[in-house]
Amino acid sequence: MRITRRAVSVASLALLSPLALAACSGDADGGGAAGGGDAAACEPSDGEVTLQFTSWVPGIEDVVAIWNEQNPDVQVEVQTGPNGNSGTYQNFFNQLEAGNAPDLGQIEFDALPNFRVQDGLQDIGACEGVQEAADQFVDWTWSQATLGEEGSVYAIPQDSGPMAMFYREDLFTEAGIEIPTTWEEFATAAEQVREQGGYITNFSVADINQFAGLVWQADGSWFANDGDAWEVGLDSAESVEVADYWQDLIERDLVSTLPGWTSEWDNAYNTGQAWTWVSAVWGANSIMTGAPDTAGSWRVAPMPQWEAGGGAAGNWGGSTTAVFNGTEHPYEAAQFALWLNTSDEALDALIEAANLYPATIEGQQRPALAEGVEFYGGQEIYEVFGEAGPGVPAGWTWGPTMTQVYNDLSDGFSGAISGDGSLGDALGDAQESTVAALESQSIPVAE
Amino acid sequence: MSTRPAPRPSRAAATAASRPAGPRESVLSRSGAMLVMGLATLYFLTPIWWLLVASTKSRGDLTSTSPLWFSDVRLGENLAAVFSYDGGVLPRWLLNSVLYAGGGALVATLLAGMCGYAIAKYRFPGRDLFFNVVLGGVLVPATALALPLFLIFSQVGATNTFWAVFLPSVVSPFGVYLARIYAASAVPLELMEAARLDGAGEVRTFFTVSVRLMVPALVTVFLFQFVTIWNNFFLPLIMLRDEALFPVTLGLYNWNTVVNQVPELRLYVLTGAFVSIVPLIAVFLLLQRFWRGGLGTGAVK
Repeated sequence: MRITRRAVSVASLALLSPLALAACSGDADGGGAAGGGDAAACEPSDGEVTLQFTSWVPGIEDVVAIWNEQNPDVQVEVQTGPNGNSGTYQNFFNQLEAGNAPDLGQIEFDALPNFRVQDGLQDIGACEGVQEAADQFVDWTWSQATLGEEGSVYAIPQDSGPMAMFYREDLFTEAGIEIPTTWEEFATAAEQVREQGGYITNFSVADINQFAGLVWQADGSWFANDGDAWEVGLDSAESVEVADYWQDLIERDLVSTLPGWTSEWDNAYNTGQAWTWVSAVWGANSIMTGAPDTAGSWRVAPMPQWEAGGGAAGNWGGSTTAVFNGTEHPYEAAQFALWLNTSDEALDALIEAANLYPATIEGQQRPALAEGVEFYGGQEIYEVFGEAGPGVPAGWTWGPTMTQVYNDLSDGFSGAISGDGSLGDALGDAQESTVAALESQSIPVAE
Repeated sequence: MSTRPAPRPSRAAATAASRPAGPRESVLSRSGAMLVMGLATLYFLTPIWWLLVASTKSRGDLTSTSPLWFSDVRLGENLAAVFSYDGGVLPRWLLNSVLYAGGGALVATLLAGMCGYAIAKYRFPGRDLFFNVVLGGVLVPATALALPLFLIFSQVGATNTFWAVFLPSVVSPFGVYLARIYAASAVPLELMEAARLDGAGEVRTFFTVSVRLMVPALVTVFLFQFVTIWNNFFLPLIMLRDEALFPVTLGLYNWNTVVNQVPELRLYVLTGAFVSIVPLIAVFLLLQRFWRGGLGTGAVK
C-alpha cells in the first residue's frame, strides 16, 4: 500500500507541475541590458576550477583533453547534445532558467542575439586577453561576437562559413560554358545549362540561411540594433533584389527547387542534374557525402558578384564559444575559450576532428587547410574560401528571434515555389510577422 | 495470430462441420480481408526493410543504388564500425536504454499492478477520486511533463543523472488503469477470502495468488512501458548532457545532427537505428506468448 500511495502522489505531482511551470515563467520577461555580469569583475578564481562546456562538435572531447593536460588547475568537462537548433539551444534556455547552465556553450552566430536578449550571456570584454584577441579574428566574425556593443565581448568566434561556388568543371567544359563570375553571367549560364538538360543549381526553400548568405553578400542586413531598439530589414532593398533575382530563375525553370538535404537532392548532385552549388566552406563535405560518384569533377570558384570585378562573399553558418551568465569563473572560462579558438594546437585538432573552418586569420592558414583536396581534383579549395572570408561584409546583424524568422520565411518561400506569391512577397510577410514577434516579446522595435 | 490454427472448443468445430445456413464467409470478403491485412503488413514492414537494406550498404551505395534492395552487403563491417566509433559509445547507449527501459518497465509494472489491484479490490474512502486522478494522468502527454520535470529535478540538483530519466519512467497511469480493469475481473474475491482464511497476509496474497492471475495484464503493462521508455526521447534530451548517460535514441539523434561534419555518421545512424530496434523485436517475440495466452484465457471464461 505504501508504494501504491507513493506512485499516486508522484502522478498527481506530475499533474500539477504545468501550473508550477506557468508560475516559473512569469519572471522570465526581463531581458534587456540588466545583469549580464559586471564586465569589470573578471578576476581569476582561487584554487582548482572545474568548468562545464556543452558542445555538439564531434570529437571536441579530444581537443579539450589537450587543455586539461596542460592546465591541471582548470579542468574542463565536456557535455554534449544535438546541434543547437535541434535541441541544445532550448536546453540552454531551460538550464539558464533553472540556474544550472554550463559555464560555456557552443552558440552559432545567428543565435547569439537571442541569448543576449534573454540575458543569458556573460560579458567577457574585461577578461584578460579578450580585447587583445580581436585582431586575430576575421573582422566580421569579431563584430558578430561583440554584438555591436562598445567594450563588450559576448563570445569567442570559433568557426566561420565563407561562401563560394562549387561547380562541375567537367560538365561546364564539355558544354563549352564559361564559369560565371557575376550573377548576370550566372543567369545566362543557367539558360545554357538548361538547354543541356540540367539545372545550374538548386534553390532550396528550407535553407533560409543560404538565402541570408546571398543577401549578406549583397551587403544587406536583416536586422540592426542601435542599443535602444531593433530595426528589421527583411524587405530591405538588397534583400528584395536578391529575392527577385532568384524568383526570375525559378519562374523560368532554370533552377530546380528540391528540398535541401534529402535523398532527391543528393541524387540531383550525384547524377549531374545540378551543376553548381553556392555554399559555405563546410559544403565541401556535404558534396563528398551526398555525391560520391562525382569525385574529381568538382572545383571551387569565388561566388558570382553583383558588380563585375568585386570580391564580396556571403557567409553561411559558423559558431562561437560563449560564456553563460551565472558562471562563477568567467576568467577561466574566457581563457579556455580563447585557447580553444586561437591556439594552433586546438585549431588543428578541431579541423582534424570536425572539419571546422577557423574564424582566425592565422587559423585559416593551418597546414591541414593548405593541401589540395582529392575530391576536388586536387584543387587547394580552402585558398578560395580564405580569400572569400575578408570579403564578407561586416555589417550583417542577426535578430533575436531567428527561429521564428526562418520558419516564417521558409513557409513563405515554399508558397512561392508552388505559385502562391513570390519570394519578395514572402519577405514582406516575414517582415510583418517578425516585427509582431519582437513586439510580442516586448523587444523594442524602431519604426 | 494466424500462425497457430488453434484447436477450437468443440462447439465451433461442430458448427463448421454441419455448416448450417448461417452467415458464411464468402471468398470475396475473405480475400478482401487478406488484402487489407497484406497491405497493412507491407506498410508497416517496408520502413524496417528499408532500414535493414540501408544498414548493409556502403556510404556510396546508399544514395546511388536502389533503396529497397541489397547491393554489396557489408553489414558486418558496418556493425564493427558503428560499435567501435567514438570509443564504443553505441554499446554503452544500448546498455543504458536496456537499463532505463527494462528496469523502468519492471518497476512501473510492479507499481501499476499493486496500485490497480488495490483500487480494484479494496474499498477505501476516496477510491474513485484516486482512480480518476490517475486516469487523468493518461491524458497528459509525457512531452508536456518533460519541462516541469526538468525544473523539479533542477531544484534538487538531480538533472543529468541516471535517476532523472529513470524515476519519471516508473510511473504508468495507463498501467494502473489496465491493472485495475483486469484485476477486477480476473481475481475473484472468493480466492482472496480463501487465502486470508489460510492465514496469508494481504501482501502475501497479492504476490502469491493475485499476481499470477494478473500475469497477462502485467505483461501487457510491461511491454507498453518498455516500448514507451525505449522510445522516450524528449525527456532524456532535456535532462541529460553527459554522453555516457544517453539512451540510444538520443545518441543516434545527436549523431544525426552532425552528419555534415562527420559524413560517416550518416551510415552509422542507419546501422545504429537498425541495431536499436532489435531489442524491441526480441522483447515482443519473447513476451507475446504470455500476452496471447492471457487474452485467450479471458475469452474462454
